[in-house]
Amino acid sequence: MSSANTLTIAQARDALRARTLSAAELTEACLTAASDAKALNAFVHDTPEIAQAQAAAADARLASGDAPALCGIPLGIKDLFCTRGVPSQAASNILAGFKPEYESTVTQQLFDAGAVMLGKLNMDEFAMGSSNETSAYGNAISPWRRAGSDAALTPGGSSGGSAAAVAADLCLGATGTDTGGSIRQPAAFTGIVGLKPTYGRCSRWGIVAFASSLDQAGPMGKSVRDVAIMMGAMAGHDPKDSTSADLPVPDFEAALTGDIRGRKIGLPREYRMEGMPAEIERLWADGADMLRDAGAEIVDISLPHTKYALPAYYVIAPAEASSNLARYDGVRYGHRAALVPGDGITQMYEKTRAEGFGKEVQRRIMIGTYVLSAGFYDAYYRRAQRVRSLIKRDFDMAFADGIDAILTPATPSSAFGLGEMVDADPVAMYLNDVFTVTVNLAGLPGISVPTGVDAQGLPLGLQLIGRPWEEGDLLNHAFVLERAANFAAKPARWW
Amino acid sequence: MLDLAYTTPKPKVISGAQEDWELVIGMEIHAQVASNAKLFSGASTTFGAEPNANVSFVDAAMPGMLPVINEYCVAQAVRTGLALNAEIHLFSAFDRKNYFYPDLPQGYQISQLYHPIVGEGEVLVDMAPGIARLVRIERIHLEQDAGKSIHDMDPSMSFVDLNRTGVALMEIVSRPDIRGPEEAAAYVVKLRQILRYLGTCDGNMQNGNLRADVNVSVCRIGQYEKFAATGDFSHLGTRCEIKNMNSMRFIQQAIDYEARRQIALLEDGGTVLQETRLYDPDRGETRSMRSKEEAQDYRYFPCPDLLPLEIEQAWVDDIKASLPELPDAKKARFVLHYGMTEYDAAVLTAETENAAFFEAVAEGRDGKQAANWVINELFGRLNKQGLGIAESPVSAAQLGGVLDLIASDAISGKIAKDLFEILWTEGGNPAEIVEARGMRQVTDTGAIEAAVDEIIAANPAQVEKARANPKLAGWFVGQVIKATGGKANPAAVNALVAQKLGL
Repeated sequence: MSSANTLTIAQARDALRARTLSAAELTEACLTAASDAKALNAFVHDTPEIAQAQAAAADARLASGDAPALCGIPLGIKDLFCTRGVPSQAASNILAGFKPEYESTVTQQLFDAGAVMLGKLNMDEFAMGSSNETSAYGNAISPWRRAGSDAALTPGGSSGGSAAAVAADLCLGATGTDTGGSIRQPAAFTGIVGLKPTYGRCSRWGIVAFASSLDQAGPMGKSVRDVAIMMGAMAGHDPKDSTSADLPVPDFEAALTGDIRGRKIGLPREYRMEGMPAEIERLWADGADMLRDAGAEIVDISLPHTKYALPAYYVIAPAEASSNLARYDGVRYGHRAALVPGDGITQMYEKTRAEGFGKEVQRRIMIGTYVLSAGFYDAYYRRAQRVRSLIKRDFDMAFADGIDAILTPATPSSAFGLGEMVDADPVAMYLNDVFTVTVNLAGLPGISVPTGVDAQGLPLGLQLIGRPWEEGDLLNHAFVLERAANFAAKPARWW
Repeated sequence: MLDLAYTTPKPKVISGAQEDWELVIGMEIHAQVASNAKLFSGASTTFGAEPNANVSFVDAAMPGMLPVINEYCVAQAVRTGLALNAEIHLFSAFDRKNYFYPDLPQGYQISQLYHPIVGEGEVLVDMAPGIARLVRIERIHLEQDAGKSIHDMDPSMSFVDLNRTGVALMEIVSRPDIRGPEEAAAYVVKLRQILRYLGTCDGNMQNGNLRADVNVSVCRIGQYEKFAATGDFSHLGTRCEIKNMNSMRFIQQAIDYEARRQIALLEDGGTVLQETRLYDPDRGETRSMRSKEEAQDYRYFPCPDLLPLEIEQAWVDDIKASLPELPDAKKARFVLHYGMTEYDAAVLTAETENAAFFEAVAEGRDGKQAANWVINELFGRLNKQGLGIAESPVSAAQLGGVLDLIASDAISGKIAKDLFEILWTEGGNPAEIVEARGMRQVTDTGAIEAAVDEIIAANPAQVEKARANPKLAGWFVGQVIKATGGKANPAAVNALVAQKLGL
């Protein structure tokens, strides 16, 4: 079964349980696909030995009839997750050589459910970026190309390696993290499904922190069902994360009934941005039609503080990052700059951090340091937090009005070319997050579903935003959208 | 609760070259919370472990590690707040104080700037019997301690020990109500006493368990009253903060030096700069550490890894119900119940273990006598040998036994001291020792009478003198007691001698 790597998780699960496919075969197919896809630079640390050992263990469990949903399913793990004994460096030089002695809660739960780790996936450095171009490992490259062009495109970011790997069938699913859109935007750019759960649904323990009040791990997969299956293993209360919610984990897959009759879907008018490309407008309208055809009621709603979300996000996220990244000082682990006689601790900090952090990370540390500094705190950080409360209230009121889910575009455009934005104002890059950051600021679950392609054949996605803790319901809406859109495009293999 | 009346001490006045000045002092006490585990990690807090032995991944700030609040430390802070009669905030929150230092692995200290767990309270600082200063507490917050940087182990390198990193501290912030070096030291003594009563801090200053930052300013006579009436700090002088003091003696010396430095500066036409200073005990002076301009910008903001800390009133009430009797109440009770002086009560209640020992001795006995024996004989002896009450060779039961023998006239006070000596060095049951060694005093008047007659008969010249001057009867008493080997009851001898001499 040479193309086992192209299966969905659900298909592979059934084949594994039926014993028509072994975990070892499936893992081998993925490892081969991954090693043939070095051009994508999606996997940055391969762990074939771990994968083979986990596959053998999975086969033993399958043989004994103990076959949880993810038993024997090969996954890629974003480099932001700490994995025991395996390089985990958040795509940063400052964590060069760092191999944690602990396993993140989310990856541990995936492994407990039988998942197989193929390796670590590329990403933007410390998850700061929307194109995977800030990675210390170099760019991850999208398997997609514009029709008639061989220009390299971004897989999006920050979970660019995850998106590229799933879209190119190098793994069956991948973990991502989403602070401002880092799961949903790359999923949309690469024609896959990405779920950012409610803040607190997945433990943050063992995931390198970017902006603690916004970061959330989530699954990226080839279908809504796959994402639902992964969610079941990734979610859950963790006493080691004080912000993790002590709530039962429902059967997310069982929530996929396909029935959304009578549900109210909101279309927020503030997301109709000026200058929005016509094809995005059309995609959005088509998506609304699909949900209406499935029996949902489409309602225009207002989320009046939306326009303040991006500026608020680019105050809060860098502020937290500036503090979270203070620990990378060269004292205990990771990179330490070579010092010359006479250098003191200040020189050690300065040289280490100047060498270890890339430009975008340095920029955000400086922004964050500035907005928290004496005399500016009230004008920036405190005001941004107030905006955040208002944005959350916008959503609360919409849900209180009976809205079940909110439909928006996932991104303002399809994937852009690598290097195209290099000389642009950083703010132009930040605009990639315009539809997604509100969800992080409000702590809500959001999912990106591929529903169409643009004129150049590149995938486009829509975002559904759900009520807090109602990922099952959100997935069901996404499931309906996915079925109706019947997105079947695959990137033509060039790598 | 019983209260003793007190008057307020006069503020310390220092005469400068030109005029008189008063001192205004506020203190921040960093008290290490007595707890087995650190504030946000499960690592041990044992003092004196091998360097970096008590360090968890959280303490070392490994990537992806998260803090989880230690409920016991919260309870300890609440307990402390309740004992200081303070407001307990059911809602509090943690903030990050950001700065770079090698012994601060996270690059920030988790503290409580905006919403401390404990609000306004008070401490009655005893200066002398009947004289005390009520010092108001502004707040108590919980925070993490830093580790230790060691710069003198290697000529080119510094070493870091993270054992203390993340240990819970209570920062207890006073109002500027302290008015002199002695009061400052007495304030620390009193806080330490309360914390030790509560078991919320060991108060071991040598181990850095209790450290004080002292804010000192000086003002002209009368200015403090204006400040007190209005709350307007502009009536007071500019303050300097002397950091990290861990001895009562140094606290007093540093304040005295600092006040005189400021006075000299002001009288010379200069101004006091707000700054942080360090006290150098070898040279007996304070030195500038950093000025206000050089002060770090700590970029405080709410710690996003921790939810606000919300506690329930019922939980606070449970803690309140479990509070021990506190020093002020105990001292007042000792004065009123046992009829002892406030001074003796203060001595006996300095440590809760001492008070408990005393009460075990005094139980069912004469309180004043018990106090005398515990303070003069026992504490005197313990102090001389540098022992604590827990190491006392004489138990409360043994000492009580001695007092019982005195009360039943079995032994005299003098014999009792010999008996105490035997108990101290050899141990044993006091009553049995008295019997076995024939130490019981003679109260049989027949036997004493014979001895008195004998002495009177043998010393006619002394009899004459005594009859002329009755004060000399004491000589006969001494002779009789000596003749009976010290066992004659002195009261009985006195009476008989007087009677026989016809006095």
